[in-house]
Formats: sequence, C-alpha cells, structure tokens
Amino acid sequence: MTPVLPIAPPGLVVEILSALVFGIGFGWFLERGGLGSAKKIAAQFYLTDMTVLKVMFSAIVTAAVGIAILGTAGVVDPSRLFIQPTFVLPQLIGGLVFGVGFVMGGLCPGTSCVAFASGRWDGLALIGGMLVGIVLFNEAYPLLDRFYGSTPLGVTTLAGVLGIPFGAGVALLTVVAGAACVVAERIERKVAK
Amino acid sequence: MGTQVAPHPISPAQERGAVRAARPYLNPYAAGVGVGLVLLLTFVVLGHGLGATGAFSTLVATGAATVAPGHAAGSLPYAAYLEHGLASPLRDWLVLEIVGVTLGAVASAVAAGRYRRVVERGPRIGAAARMRYAFAGGLIMAIGAKLARGCTSGLALSGGAVLSVGAWLFIVAAFGAGYAAAPLFRKAWT
Repeated sequence: MTPVLPIAPPGLVVEILSALVFGIGFGWFLERGGLGSAKKIAAQFYLTDMTVLKVMFSAIVTAAVGIAILGTAGVVDPSRLFIQPTFVLPQLIGGLVFGVGFVMGGLCPGTSCVAFASGRWDGLALIGGMLVGIVLFNEAYPLLDRFYGSTPLGVTTLAGVLGIPFGAGVALLTVVAGAACVVAERIERKVAK
Repeated sequence: MGTQVAPHPISPAQERGAVRAARPYLNPYAAGVGVGLVLLLTFVVLGHGLGATGAFSTLVATGAATVAPGHAAGSLPYAAYLEHGLASPLRDWLVLEIVGVTLGAVASAVAAGRYRRVVERGPRIGAAARMRYAFAGGLIMAIGAKLARGCTSGLALSGGAVLSVGAWLFIVAAFGAGYAAAPLFRKAWT
C-alpha cells in the first residue's frame, strides 16, 4: 500500500490553513523558548547562554526521528519529502556570511519576526536590512550566478554519503546532537562560575 | 527585635499596574521539541519544511514587479518568486507562514506578559547604534541566506532534519563564522 502522506497536491484550503496553523505553532514555540530576544541569541556566541543550540538541535532531532519512524511505518513516503539540494561552496560561503550577520544583528530572519511581534523595534530594523540585502543580491545576481550554481551535488544526505540507511543516519545525528547539548550544558556552568 | 525588611522599590509603572511580571521562558529542550513537532507535521502534511527568508524574497519580488515590471520579469532572482501561485510550496506559502509566525509569537509574548515595546540592546550600546547594527546584520544575513539557498529556518532547521549535506555545511559555517566574528561585536552585546 502506498503511503497517503504527504498530501499531493494539498489544494488551496490545506495550503492556506497549514501555512497559518504551522506558522503560528512555529512562532509560538520560538517565543516560548526566548528566541525573540536578540540578547539571548547573541549570548550563544559569548558562551553565556546556549539556548539557540539546544532549541535547534532538539527541534532537528525531534523532526528527524519522527520522519524516520513514520517513513518506516509506511505512513509517510520519504521519497516525496523535499530535501534541500547541496551546493558545497555557495552553502559554505553563504553560511560564513550569514554567521557574521547573525552575531552582528543578534537575530535570524525567522526570529526577527518573533522579536518584532514581541514589541522589539530592533527586529523590524533587521527585517528592513534583510529586504535591502535581498534587493542587493538580486541586482548583483548576474555577477554571482556562476558561483551560485557551482559545486552542485544534487540531493545528497549525510546518510547517503556514509552509505547507511536514513534511520541509521538519524540515530547517529541524535547521538551527536545529544553530545553537543551535554557539552553546551557544561560550558554554561563553567562560564557562570 | 525582628529583622529589618528593606522597602521594596516600586517603579511608577508597576504602581499603575502597567507592567506585568514577565514569566520565565520555557525550558529550551521543551521549546525545541515543540518546534520539532511543528516541523514534523509540516513535512508529514505538505512534504516540505518551514522557512523565513523565502517569504521576504517573495515580498521583494512582488514589490519589484509593481515598481519595475519589465526588470523583475526579465531577472531570474525576481522572476523565480513571481511565476508561482499560492499552490506552490515554499513560495507564497511562506508569506502566509510568516504571518502565522508573527501571530503565534505575539500571542505567546502577550500571554506570558513579555510584550514590551523596546529596542533590545547590550549594556554598552545606544538604541540608535543597536538599530543600525540590526539593519546591517539583516542585510549581511540576507546575502548569506540567498547564496546558501536558505536561512536558519528553511535550510538549517528544515534541511537539517532530512540530513541534507548542504544544510549541515551551512550550520557548521554559520556557527563557525558567528564565533569567529563574535569578538568584533562584543561591545554590542556584553
């Protein structure tokens, strides 16, 4: 029997409702965790508060484990899930550029909306900067397009690179993320002393 | 003879009852599991993850198509965000999702007594400087996210959960650069 999920095509009603409902859930839990606060996020980079790492890794592991279980159970068709294609150099350099902006602004694109929604004007300033940044990128695109499309690996997963099943890759990720969180807890305690 | 109790300092705002005590944040692991379950549901129902930068790309493209329709239609980075209707995932779906994020965040902040109209900043930086840093940070981040084809939401979180190699390259590079650049911005935060 073929899995019924994900719904394809979802249709307009599901698209609109899912966008709003899942968006509300996303924003709710980000704010609950304190990720609307630039000071709290920036503290990740000064080792005084590792909330960003803890929220990110536990979110990634939760979703990955769920996908692995539901895929194995035949509820979800893993082959129909969108996996971000890999472009080695653009994603490495893009990540480096992003990281500098991240510690400078103290918020990421998603959490800037959470910051603004919780009353913080710096969130709005960051959104304004993003809009200008996107225009600059778009206008410079003719100069960047060769680099943008360089070093493509297509859809490549960590499990695929290691030659192990997706579930085993998720198990490995869970162990690594767990270890990272243990280290994060230790660093927090050490820095607090 | 009893112990002398110091009078509790009460600010004028507290006297008027205008400022409710902000409730502490949720345990980060619990918040992460919450985000993860929302992300899982998004994958299960729609086949793709959550995002953020794409919503702003759509806004920019829509703006460009209004101001300079010819330019926007003939330029790939704009046109890529214009040809899709609402039925296309990760395009206009993201705009609605970001509207949802804002609604969810404002509800959570108000419910927890955390809604404050402030410019959040470190102890050694002024409000105007903080606003400039936020603007410049956003500008730099957007260029990085466009190059990488996604940000912390659309690439790191969503791609990370399906073990995309590109997503993990992005995560390692972004955090590495964040730590490397942190001393430059110490005055803004500590």
